[in-house]
Amino acid sequence: MQTIKETLTGPIIKNNPIALQILGICSALAVTSSMRVTLVMCIALTLVTAFSSMFISAIRNHIPSSIRIIVQMVIIASLVIVVDQFLRAYAFNISKQLSVFVGLIITNCIVMGRAEAYAMSNPPVASFVDGIGNGLGYSAMLIAVALVREPLGAGKLLGFEVLPLVTDGGWYVPNGLLLLPPSAFFIVGGFIWALRSVRKEQVEKAEFKLARHTAVGEGA
Amino acid sequence: MEALLSLFVRSIFIENMALSFFLGMCTFLALSKKIEAALSLGIAVTVVMAITVPANNLIYHYLLADGALAWAGFPELNLSFLGLLSYIGVIAAIVQILEMFLDKFIPSLYNALGVFLPLITVNCAILGGVLFMVEREYHFAQSVVFGVGSGLGWALAIVALAGIREKLKYSDVPEGLQGLGITFISAGLMALGFMSFGGIDI
Repeated sequence: MQTIKETLTGPIIKNNPIALQILGICSALAVTSSMRVTLVMCIALTLVTAFSSMFISAIRNHIPSSIRIIVQMVIIASLVIVVDQFLRAYAFNISKQLSVFVGLIITNCIVMGRAEAYAMSNPPVASFVDGIGNGLGYSAMLIAVALVREPLGAGKLLGFEVLPLVTDGGWYVPNGLLLLPPSAFFIVGGFIWALRSVRKEQVEKAEFKLARHTAVGEGA
Repeated sequence: MEALLSLFVRSIFIENMALSFFLGMCTFLALSKKIEAALSLGIAVTVVMAITVPANNLIYHYLLADGALAWAGFPELNLSFLGLLSYIGVIAAIVQILEMFLDKFIPSLYNALGVFLPLITVNCAILGGVLFMVEREYHFAQSVVFGVGSGLGWALAIVALAGIREKLKYSDVPEGLQGLGITFISAGLMALGFMSFGGIDI
């Protein structure tokens, strides 16, 4: 049996949902061009994952397995509606910027994945902690990506100037590529590379091994 | 007519679901190892999108939008907050119906799609397509074109990525980058390629 602490901290580096489980990548790439939006997204996702895991776990013995996906969807969708309405009421601008991505928390694989893989077979409190842990793992990756993209792309972090731009009389020429979507792919790919260089056990086995170069030319 | 054609081209190339909005990424990265699997998944997604986007368009316009229930005698009712719940319900139901229909009438296609079909319910490209349709206030004809177009765009992207990955098997990738890492970077390069469609205005 895992301890509470392992359940909470495991997903942050050892079993990161984005880098290892390939879950929840869509929003990780799309919302990270600005730190403020990223933070809101992280909080929303962590809360939804934690509470949906808890509720699903609480009724897990009463859900017939043939319709469990629909039941899970209804619980998750109701929680997301609460988050969406809350953001519209108290943070309308950010809700506009996030546009469809708040709604897409419903199909965020982290929420569904944890409900299926953990909440269906564990008690509510442990599931709640597991949800928070995975939410934090997701947030850690998102914040790391946003920390690279926003300062280098726009010279600002949370609206404060970090690198003074040339247009404002400073010295930094902003790299527009980092505000564009494709840059997120490279940054996440780079993070995965770094993480796997440190933790060798996460490296995927190659499907084919290249044979050694055997052709011997005249010069060799 | 021209507007619809332009919407079609735009939803396939310029506003590609996978490569410019990053929707359906999980399946995009996880199931793109083989071209055939990618192709059947692409077809399934296209079919589901072509049905669900227009279906949800009707539901939104006749049941949920502000004042939409005027025909039933409730002109001041606004049910749009129930949107998310109804869209995902419709998607799950249609995927289920499609599964039963294929199982009964086209077993060969059913077997080819296999486990991918139920997975489509949680593919964010589908829900994303529906939400974009609502946000941009498409009317019915536009929603049909948009559904088919963005499904095709997604299919195009995953087949192209699968092609790249099949070739990548024979290349010498650094250890930590094998598998997921290099897939991310190739997808990024593809996204850059697709951005070159950005300036096209039809």
